[in-house]
Amino acid sequence: MRAILSSKWTKVAVFVFCLVPFLVLVGRTLRGQLGANPVEFLQHATGDWTLRFLIFTLSITPLRKLLRLPELIRFRRMLGLFAFFYVCLHFITYIGPDQSFSLTGMWQDIAKRRFITVGFLGFLLLIPLAVTSTAGWIRRLGGKRWQALHRAIYVAAVCGVIHYYWLVKSDVREPLFYGAIVAILLLWRLGDWLIKRGKRAPAQVAAAGIS
Amino acid sequence: MLIRPKPDLTYADITPRSVYFNRREVLRAMGIAGVGLAGGKILSSLAFPGQTALATSKLSGLVKSPFSTTEKPNSIEDVTHYNNYYEFGTDKSDPAKKSQNFRTSPWSVSVEGEVAKPRKFSMDEILKLAPLEERIYRHRCVERWSIVVPWIGFSLSTLAKLVEPTSKAQYVAFQTFFDPTQMPEAKYGGIDFPYVEGLRLDEAMHPLTMLCVGMYGETLPNQDGAPVRIVVPWKYGYKSIKSIVKIRFQQKEPPTTWNRYSSEEYGFYSNVNPAVDHPRWSQATERRLGEIFRRNTLLFNGYGDQVASLYNGMDLKKYH
Repeated sequence: MRAILSSKWTKVAVFVFCLVPFLVLVGRTLRGQLGANPVEFLQHATGDWTLRFLIFTLSITPLRKLLRLPELIRFRRMLGLFAFFYVCLHFITYIGPDQSFSLTGMWQDIAKRRFITVGFLGFLLLIPLAVTSTAGWIRRLGGKRWQALHRAIYVAAVCGVIHYYWLVKSDVREPLFYGAIVAILLLWRLGDWLIKRGKRAPAQVAAAGIS
Repeated sequence: MLIRPKPDLTYADITPRSVYFNRREVLRAMGIAGVGLAGGKILSSLAFPGQTALATSKLSGLVKSPFSTTEKPNSIEDVTHYNNYYEFGTDKSDPAKKSQNFRTSPWSVSVEGEVAKPRKFSMDEILKLAPLEERIYRHRCVERWSIVVPWIGFSLSTLAKLVEPTSKAQYVAFQTFFDPTQMPEAKYGGIDFPYVEGLRLDEAMHPLTMLCVGMYGETLPNQDGAPVRIVVPWKYGYKSIKSIVKIRFQQKEPPTTWNRYSSEEYGFYSNVNPAVDHPRWSQATERRLGEIFRRNTLLFNGYGDQVASLYNGMDLKKYH
């Protein structure tokens, strides 16, 4: 198992898997199979995949600790960057067909509509994380500061869930489903941090972080 | 000149289109069954038609209406596969799939309340109340999409006059059929059932307000509100209540489903108005199905010339 996870080819395979939703959407678009409201179809699909990839990214740390598979960390950056890729597509479907590429219209919408505000905030938070995802940036920022910055993904994921919850009319099953998964992943971190803190001397607590 | 539909056939006599088009298979299946061979596959394919098969039948003797828009109607594919009918699921593709076995015959509509002559109308009676008109209306959903549909029916006032509303009748309440066994998806809808709607009496009696029994030249598909629904083209789509079983004239303003769910977001009047936003999104623009970019939404969905006078002196923001 660990040999497979360490293989170069596994990384290539994961990359291809991450592209599948995008390729399916391209295929459906080219064949005109996006239903009666193609723009909405693309908006919802890219939004769904953003949330899913945020969840995949957030699952890496709990999984590698629970399963004792440290090699899983090799895929975290790629999954996070795919979340960013899908949120960019999601944003394009909004600024384009919805706002006709009008920045003034977009700002008015962001200022006035809380579900747009919170969604846009989540998008903004992911930009510095994507930019600083390289080895060079980790070195420049230093591990501790880099890690602190990248905790912004917790907020971004919560923003994504709220954005979805405020969008739907009355059937909140799906947003609550995503919300529950994000809550479990974040609560696991809180629990992990509390356990670690309990094991350490008080002097070390201030330096301890949540990974 | 008005041509009345032939009275000698009843609603139940109409052959559903899917059976008509499959008539050779039907005959073959009957023959196979007759000689005792396995016809199960064909029979089951008839009993459970696929997603795109519509169990509708042709309506004849249609009269053109001066109320029709000259805008191009959407494709029947769009109008039958993008539906809000929460009894059959909340995804817009759900109703087309999950309403196929909905039983709409026999059907009757009870008209009651503050009327001199309360009575029940069977579907056959409704179809013969007046010449069937084709009216091409714009339809604007509160979710900011819109369609153009060639509905078939006649003014609701035609039916209302037959029951003679009394002077106490100020409002009209409508109720959708509800059966949890036929509509198991309803429990996930998040709203209360049966679905109810209402209009002020003058709105209900307005000639644009339609008692609708068909679209695109045929009876209504299940997912679009078979067998009979209301269409109010200047209000958000949820006011155009589907599959009605009860019409009640009354003195008090009736409760309405979406208003009960969130009165801030969905008012009793729910007139299409680009200047009055839904609290969570702007109503200034809409996406016509089949178009990429949004178009501007029109006050009263473009029917202001006919209906604006109903609301003279009313604060349309307060009474949204």
